[in-house]
Amino acid sequence: MSDTANSDERVKEMSGLRRALIRPELGGIVGTIAVFTFFALFAFDSGMFNAQGVMNWSIVSAQFMIIAVGACLLMIAGEFDLSVGSMIGFAGMMIAILGVTLGFPIWLAIIITFVTCTLIGGLNGLIVVKTGLPSFIVTLAFLFILRGFTIFLPQTIERKTIIGGIREAAEGDWLAPLFGGKIGGSIFQWMGDNGIIAVFERGTRKGQPVVDGIPMLIVWAILLVLFGHFLLTKTRFGNWIFAAGGDAQAARYVGVPVNRVKILMFMFTAFCATVFATCQVMEFGSAGADRGLLKEFEAIIAVVIGGALLTGGYGSVLGAALGALIFGVVQQGLFFAGVESSLFRVFLGVILLLAVILNTYIRRLITGER
Amino acid sequence: MTQPLIEMKNIEKHFGSVIALAGVSVDITPGECHCLLGDNGAGKSTFIKTMSGVHKPTSGEIYFEGKPMHFEDPRDAISAGIATVYQDLAMIPLMSVARNFFMGNEPQTTKLGLPVFDHAYANDVTMSEMKKMGINLRGPDQAVGTLSGGERQTVAIARAVHFGAKVLILDEPTSALGVRQTSNVLATVDKVRKNGIAVVFITHNVRHAMAVGDRFTVLNRGKTLGTAKRGEIEPEELQDLMAGGQEMATLEGSLGGTV
Repeated sequence: MSDTANSDERVKEMSGLRRALIRPELGGIVGTIAVFTFFALFAFDSGMFNAQGVMNWSIVSAQFMIIAVGACLLMIAGEFDLSVGSMIGFAGMMIAILGVTLGFPIWLAIIITFVTCTLIGGLNGLIVVKTGLPSFIVTLAFLFILRGFTIFLPQTIERKTIIGGIREAAEGDWLAPLFGGKIGGSIFQWMGDNGIIAVFERGTRKGQPVVDGIPMLIVWAILLVLFGHFLLTKTRFGNWIFAAGGDAQAARYVGVPVNRVKILMFMFTAFCATVFATCQVMEFGSAGADRGLLKEFEAIIAVVIGGALLTGGYGSVLGAALGALIFGVVQQGLFFAGVESSLFRVFLGVILLLAVILNTYIRRLITGER
Repeated sequence: MTQPLIEMKNIEKHFGSVIALAGVSVDITPGECHCLLGDNGAGKSTFIKTMSGVHKPTSGEIYFEGKPMHFEDPRDAISAGIATVYQDLAMIPLMSVARNFFMGNEPQTTKLGLPVFDHAYANDVTMSEMKKMGINLRGPDQAVGTLSGGERQTVAIARAVHFGAKVLILDEPTSALGVRQTSNVLATVDKVRKNGIAVVFITHNVRHAMAVGDRFTVLNRGKTLGTAKRGEIEPEELQDLMAGGQEMATLEGSLGGTV
């Protein structure tokens, strides 16, 4: 007996490889390495890896990351939000209508938009939790409702579907630079002065570096990823997120406030979509009724590539961030490599399929199902 | 006789026009394993759900440690010390044993001024509690999905005990298990009882009940048919009571005793 007290002969020792395999980030890590290796081999001279190129795919990846963090936590909590893309369009349009058409100060427009959109996210969650309907259907309804309003409102008020002039309206605003600004300008100037990165050769900006700072979009992406990762793995609430998605009924029986967790995650997803939208309108200086189209699926794809299970209860924010990185690097990398851009969609479909198959296999490893 | 920990008097529960419980009375004392037997539809599940705060009784009184109690929801019952282990809903397979063990009761510590999940403490406690129950984990991060059904029940029981359950309600803990796993769960029940915790053991298997039970209450068609102490009743009698005293007697010979 003394022997069996220490080890159970029926439990096979787990190899290091197998142990590594059941980490949710595995797919994301392997994919990231593969993608970077591929483009380093085939597109190294295309300018993809100079300062400008890096900034190019970093921004695109950061955009995916912002919405992927929200979608990831929500998916682990066992729900979907298909209204993310429409929410992006809606939030951007709301800032434009409030800030430009109605002439509110931009900071006020931004705050009202954040509150409204987060509450709409909460409403999504409330309906899902109270009716017990699949979140797929509820948020699909909001996909159309929000998109409808995003087209209807500017058309009725301004007789157009794009509202510009946001950059001018945001001039001197204290909150707008938090979304549209750049940081680290002096470091980039120094790097430009010392020939580490390229500078403009002529024109009014002669001597200034081509890349003159890190956009707040990237800062937001990093902060949201760190926040999401901390929340999920290091806090009590994180355990509730896993529990709510793993088995809501079992979680309820031990006193986990499942409904509250799910509603809060819907609100967080809407918050992330609004961050995306605000950064976007500040960058473009305009809001368009078609912004954010298909973003909900791109967020979900990034999350799935990152190792989360569609059925909930399992996943990783870091994995989702890597999924978003892969997404961004490939989308921009194919452009640098001169590949026909429609092939990106083919790639997307293939990698999504592979990721889901891998995830299913990983789940079997974890749970010992056969 | 010691004072009953929980006393349920004339509990009635109606769902619309259906009378699920028509006056059930049971009392449970500390350190005993009280078996609740009954055939399908006898009202066992409704009864324990009343006891654990899921349902509110239509009429009847519940006394907990001598005081009348009204549970608004399961959390009230849990904080009073009544823990229920449901057969299929005890654990979340994708989560680690430690995360499951502390689900809903996560220990917290402060790091950099932020409240964080104390993983080190959770892992230590999980490993030692599991060892006490005779389950050897590969590690606290092992997923519950890799455990057998019996081990999962045992983890759930250990969890309830660790968090101060005074009454442990086990809803058919053995009905889906094999012989070895069943004996493990029954051994766990025995350990728990010896710590002075009252166990309410719901089953329709007379042999499992006889193995650990101190008292046996039989439910039939929403009513108590009586409570018997260990040694006062034969398995065959229990079996007859569960079936409502019909038909089983004629089957007895061909089935060779207990089912």
